[in-house]
Amino acid sequence: MKMNKTLFKSFLALAVLFISYGCTEDYLEKTEEYNISSDNYFNSEEEYYNALIGAYDILQSTYVNVLLGEIASDNTLSGGESANDVIGFQQVDEMTHSPINDNLDDVWDWNFAGVQRANFILEFKDKTDFEGKDRIIAEARFLRAYFNFELVKWFGPIPLKVDERFFLGDEKTVPRSPVSDVYAQIESDLAFAADNLDWTAPQVGRVTKGAALSLLGKAYLYQEKWDQAAVALEQVINSGVYHLYGTQGEENFEFLWEIFAENNAEVVFAVQYTGEEGAGFDCLQCSEGNVAVGFQGIRAYSGPLFDSGYSFNVPTQEAYDMFSSDDLRRDVSILDIEAWADETGATYGEGYKHTGYFNRKYLPRNNVNEGDRNLTEPNNYKSIRYADVLLMAAEALNRGGISDERAKMYLNEVRDRAGLSEITFSGINLTDAILEERRLELIGEGHRFFDLVRTGKAEEEIDGFTANKNELFPIPLEEIEFSEGNWEQNPGY
Amino acid sequence: MNKTLFLILLCMSPFFIHAQTFSISGNVNEAETGLPLPGVNIIVKNTTNGVVTDFDGNYTINNVSAGEVLVFSYLGFVSQEITATNQNTINVTLQPDNQALQEIVVIGYGTQQRKDVTGSVSLVSNETIEELRPIKLEQALQGTAAGVNVAASSGAPGAGININIRGIASNSVNGPLVIIDGYQGELGNINPNDVESISVLKDAQAAIYGIAGANGVVLITTKTGKKDTAPTVAVDTYVGLQQTSRKIPLLNATEYALLLNESYANNGQPLPYPSVEGLGQGTDFQDAIFDTAPIISHNVTLSGGSEKVTYSIGGSHLDQEGIVGSEKSDFTRNTARFNLGVDISDKFKLSANTIYTNISRRSINENGLGSVLFNALNMAPTFAIDQEDLNGTLGNEVINPLSQIRDTYNDYNLNQFNGSGSLVYKPIESLSITSRLGYRLALGKGKGFFAINNYGSGKVFNRDRSSVNQNRINDNSYTYDLFANYEETFAEMHHITGTAGMTIINDWGDGLYATGYDVPNNSWDFADISLTTGTNDGINNSSYKYDIRKLSFFGRLQYDYKGKYFVSGMLRRDMSTRFSQDNRVGYFPSGTAGWILSEERFMEDSQLISFLKIRGSYGILGNDEAGGAQFYRSLLDGEATYVLDGKLINGTALGSLANPDAGWEESEKINLGVDLRMFNSRLEITADIFREDRNDLLVSGIPVSGIFGVGAPGSGAPTINAGTTRNEGVEFAINYKETISDDFKFSVAYNATFLNNEVTKVNGTEFLPGGQFGVGQPAPARFQEGFPIGYFFGYKTDGLFQSQAEADNAPSQSALGATASAGDIKYVDVNGDGVIDPLDRTNIGDPIPDVLMGLNLSFEYKNFDFVTYVNASLGNDMVRNYERSQPNVNRHAYILDRWTGPGTSNEVPRLTTGATANVAFSDYYVEDASYARIQNIQLGYTLPEQVMTKIGVNKLRVYAAVNNAYTFTKYRGFDPAATTGDAIGGGIDYGFYPIPRIFMAGLNLNF
Repeated sequence: MKMNKTLFKSFLALAVLFISYGCTEDYLEKTEEYNISSDNYFNSEEEYYNALIGAYDILQSTYVNVLLGEIASDNTLSGGESANDVIGFQQVDEMTHSPINDNLDDVWDWNFAGVQRANFILEFKDKTDFEGKDRIIAEARFLRAYFNFELVKWFGPIPLKVDERFFLGDEKTVPRSPVSDVYAQIESDLAFAADNLDWTAPQVGRVTKGAALSLLGKAYLYQEKWDQAAVALEQVINSGVYHLYGTQGEENFEFLWEIFAENNAEVVFAVQYTGEEGAGFDCLQCSEGNVAVGFQGIRAYSGPLFDSGYSFNVPTQEAYDMFSSDDLRRDVSILDIEAWADETGATYGEGYKHTGYFNRKYLPRNNVNEGDRNLTEPNNYKSIRYADVLLMAAEALNRGGISDERAKMYLNEVRDRAGLSEITFSGINLTDAILEERRLELIGEGHRFFDLVRTGKAEEEIDGFTANKNELFPIPLEEIEFSEGNWEQNPGY
Repeated sequence: MNKTLFLILLCMSPFFIHAQTFSISGNVNEAETGLPLPGVNIIVKNTTNGVVTDFDGNYTINNVSAGEVLVFSYLGFVSQEITATNQNTINVTLQPDNQALQEIVVIGYGTQQRKDVTGSVSLVSNETIEELRPIKLEQALQGTAAGVNVAASSGAPGAGININIRGIASNSVNGPLVIIDGYQGELGNINPNDVESISVLKDAQAAIYGIAGANGVVLITTKTGKKDTAPTVAVDTYVGLQQTSRKIPLLNATEYALLLNESYANNGQPLPYPSVEGLGQGTDFQDAIFDTAPIISHNVTLSGGSEKVTYSIGGSHLDQEGIVGSEKSDFTRNTARFNLGVDISDKFKLSANTIYTNISRRSINENGLGSVLFNALNMAPTFAIDQEDLNGTLGNEVINPLSQIRDTYNDYNLNQFNGSGSLVYKPIESLSITSRLGYRLALGKGKGFFAINNYGSGKVFNRDRSSVNQNRINDNSYTYDLFANYEETFAEMHHITGTAGMTIINDWGDGLYATGYDVPNNSWDFADISLTTGTNDGINNSSYKYDIRKLSFFGRLQYDYKGKYFVSGMLRRDMSTRFSQDNRVGYFPSGTAGWILSEERFMEDSQLISFLKIRGSYGILGNDEAGGAQFYRSLLDGEATYVLDGKLINGTALGSLANPDAGWEESEKINLGVDLRMFNSRLEITADIFREDRNDLLVSGIPVSGIFGVGAPGSGAPTINAGTTRNEGVEFAINYKETISDDFKFSVAYNATFLNNEVTKVNGTEFLPGGQFGVGQPAPARFQEGFPIGYFFGYKTDGLFQSQAEADNAPSQSALGATASAGDIKYVDVNGDGVIDPLDRTNIGDPIPDVLMGLNLSFEYKNFDFVTYVNASLGNDMVRNYERSQPNVNRHAYILDRWTGPGTSNEVPRLTTGATANVAFSDYYVEDASYARIQNIQLGYTLPEQVMTKIGVNKLRVYAAVNNAYTFTKYRGFDPAATTGDAIGGGIDYGFYPIPRIFMAGLNLNF
């Protein structure tokens, strides 16, 4: 009898076990509401907008494209503290870079991150409708084109996926699309963007129709599609939205690169930065500041106007000497530190490959910014300037044999602001003049290396440049390894 | 038996018993101390006639007949049987139960007698804990449990301590599962004094813990009171002084200036110190930052019990200051604890315990580029003690370490309640059902203040605006167990124990972080977000939440035949929300077997061997702790901050790449062991041979192609089941105890573990990189098939080039940054392709020890006792990474032996400010960090009994001890035993905070 009672209780206990089993299966499901995930997002305009901010965010990491692109050119030397300071930069300066290069890896990783974040929005572009969605989609497509354009410039053929994120396994199946396919996608994205954007943006820093057309023109120019390039770029010029800074009103060309003149009428598109948030070396791409600016600051500087930095990307004597002494751009673009020290009593240190010159356009200015202060400089990167648009238009018109007259007009507009006389000749001489003007106008802005490559002049101008190899940078070694044979290394590496 | 019936029988008994019965009285005392033993049970064998000794150990038992047997028994002592003749007094001395085989071992959802255990278990008793006087409980396992490696990440007060059982198998979480009185807990916050015993389950027996048991299980039992004992108060208190156990020899100012001149001259640059006169010794920044710091610890416990109730109440206070920047670094721990056991009836037993812990900690920047110790080593001795490197000549990270300490302001505080309550229902003698709830509620808060400062041009620590970071972190968990144990012996030979039950675990919590700017007066006193302005419009705060749930069912069957042959089998089914719904359920089986040979007839009479058992186990266990709470889902927790209209705007972005296919790690463990006791159990030997294959290794942050956007801010690489590792080895422990005379006893305990670790497979990638060396150099450690986890990957060196001709004729080293000159390091062309390039990098060491050893000696002579613990680690390498590769920093004194011309050195390269390849990661930077450390030496004196009786105490012992007395090692850095605990990238030394040497004096008082 007693034993039975015990048995009964044991069964009761077992019953409790089974009942709790039933309840607890549910109990495991309750945790999922805690986080939003990619699959339950894009339910409102705000969520599309938030995701778009995420894609814009990656623009800030393109500081490395600018800095490393300029170091790769004949405009500047690597600099830094010593021969071992950021070895990736040093190797690119010497043109000894190999597939093992942390900084080239950053270019690959960060620009693909931009593509991924843009594609994240486009993957869900049909999920929720609201007024003004076309504008957000247009911006997302512009950003995708922007990052893809960078990638095709640096690495040539790249894996391409449209309106869909890359998922694990794609590295082994999605091939590197030919350059022409990549450009076709860039053109289509930018054309869509241009059609769906206004000349003015709802917030300063967002993409405009002018930015989309300018980048589209640039993409055509890189493919030597002169007609289409000229059409797109002249649309920008003829819009009347932009003008060269220093040519109207109270503007003074001398201040083009100062913080207070950010986002002026010459700026077609700029990557926006601020010094209001701290940053560290463990995540440079997380900085809200322009990391390149601190990196090219004057080493151990103490004096007026500027802040100190790491003395990378120092202009060469040859680049300085290229400017005629009456070219207003020389002293706005390049700081002669000895002269400056004599003039102001400033002190400074000499880093590796010290030339006595610094990239004044993007030197850190005296300002209040969060620590690590070298990484949080607020100077915007003027990605597309109206001067660049004029020179690109001139080049397309001249090289495409469309109109040397208009080419000269645009070229002389740029020269005029620099205080230089008009150019009157045409044809091939005009081509040379336009390309030389590009170098002078755009020094320190990261365009030179790619201009030399696309015009076939890199080998003669850049020390150590090997033709049929250095036109492209190597695919990072680990990427080749991840792809397990799907992607081949660029020739020569 | 029914209570009423019992009373009736008792009342009637005088009528049945004849007049020849008589009374016996006497006293029972304890053999070791001679103290009276209260609460000893005395029973007339095979009757119900019994009494209990009073507080003075006296008893009187009536109605005893001549020839009857009196049984004296007391928990923890050997029972004695004495046949009554017709004497009226029997005084008994009970021997403590040294037969440790009777020891009860906690094995998870049950206990076992130690002799019956068929798995591999290490035990650490409270005596060991008392002797070692660990500040944190983890330290009690160092050198005392075979197969357990304990390594501190720092000697800073309150710093975390890593535990690995039988090696590192995973590259995510390698610490064991910690179960405190049945519930999942944290080892780091327990007061060691509250712990009664520690069991470490090292093999497949831990499979009863299924998905969480792969790294081994540490079972902690906290102190309880004993039934039928008078209230006893135990006080343990000590004070100590701490000093650094090591300083690194550095150059003095004159040596520094001379060598700096040499390095500049070698690069054709003007001498920085044209005259070194008057520089003298300069400033010793190490001396300046190291302090002698106090430590104080008090513990009080009150415990006791009645027939039905046991209780134990305790409190403790620990206050430890840091030996570096003692005014800014300290650790305070206060705990209060109660433990209550109530026998509600014969069938229901209730027990409850709660521990409250309050921890405060302040710390300095350590173990990184620009940390305080790093700066103390690199700051040039020519600077005055209060001088800043205003011109930035020492690079961007090196600043005056004293200013750094001065400007360090932080505070961390933790309040934690943990405990459990359980109800055991015993419907019949052989069945018990346990319902138990364990919980942990922890609220941590932290604050850090960063003042406006300028340490010199370009320094990374410069700040234009002051800021304060604050955080609140709330971690909670509960573990609910419901299980039944059934134990029965059939036909006096078949002994069966069955266990079945379920467990629900829920870990949840959240964290909130915020930053405020422009702290009033640039002062810590005003450092609170409420007083700051936060002038930008973007949010400077963040938060997270997590909720992890597990549901498990388990069963175990143990069988033995006549106490000689043992088998057991167990199975656990786990579900964990760390994985996607399709991959959530796992089964973890294991089995053990044992044979006690000494119970067999052929060995029964052996004089030599008192006990011999062979045993084996095999099973599958799991590990689910890697990669965050829900790495199978694509969460939107990336960073999305951009500047629009000149203001910071926050959006959303993808977080770490999701891996919906992920499952847990599976560990396949096999163990064979033998337990041997000889010479009347004076000699005890335990030996085990083991192997573990960890399959489907969960690797978080596994590098994947950049096309997935993992390089984006706040994103990260996915967690993937990407590899297999194997750990195999042998461990053994020998204990020898001898009582030479009443006055002299000694014991020796030695254990050793030989370990071999290898990665046997990596999926999807050839290797995983990790760790950091220097600045801008490739990751120095790797996880790669055929090599130990986290081995160091760099260039092999072959001395130095003694002449330019030798350098010119050797394979070109220019791919490493510069062509070689005489006096530069000569690298080995490993692949023989005629050039030295990154393809020549190879295995140049690993941080995993080959052998771990522990030695414990103790002596007792009259009232004196002496104990010492030594532990050793052989074959572990460490990377010297506390030297900033910058021309003007100070250097280790070994640089005095540099190359200055042919034949002057074949190890330390020439000095130059020019570009060299000498900074590339090579075996020049890898040192053998084998060591032996005298962990504890202690001498105690117990007051003689007469004196104690006079002053009314049970026990008064005073002692003096030294912790970390000395470390034998060739390693040049601060602490050869330190590690970051990272599986890949552990053993890289940025200037580990050295462990303090502590001189302490204390007393134990019981009354």
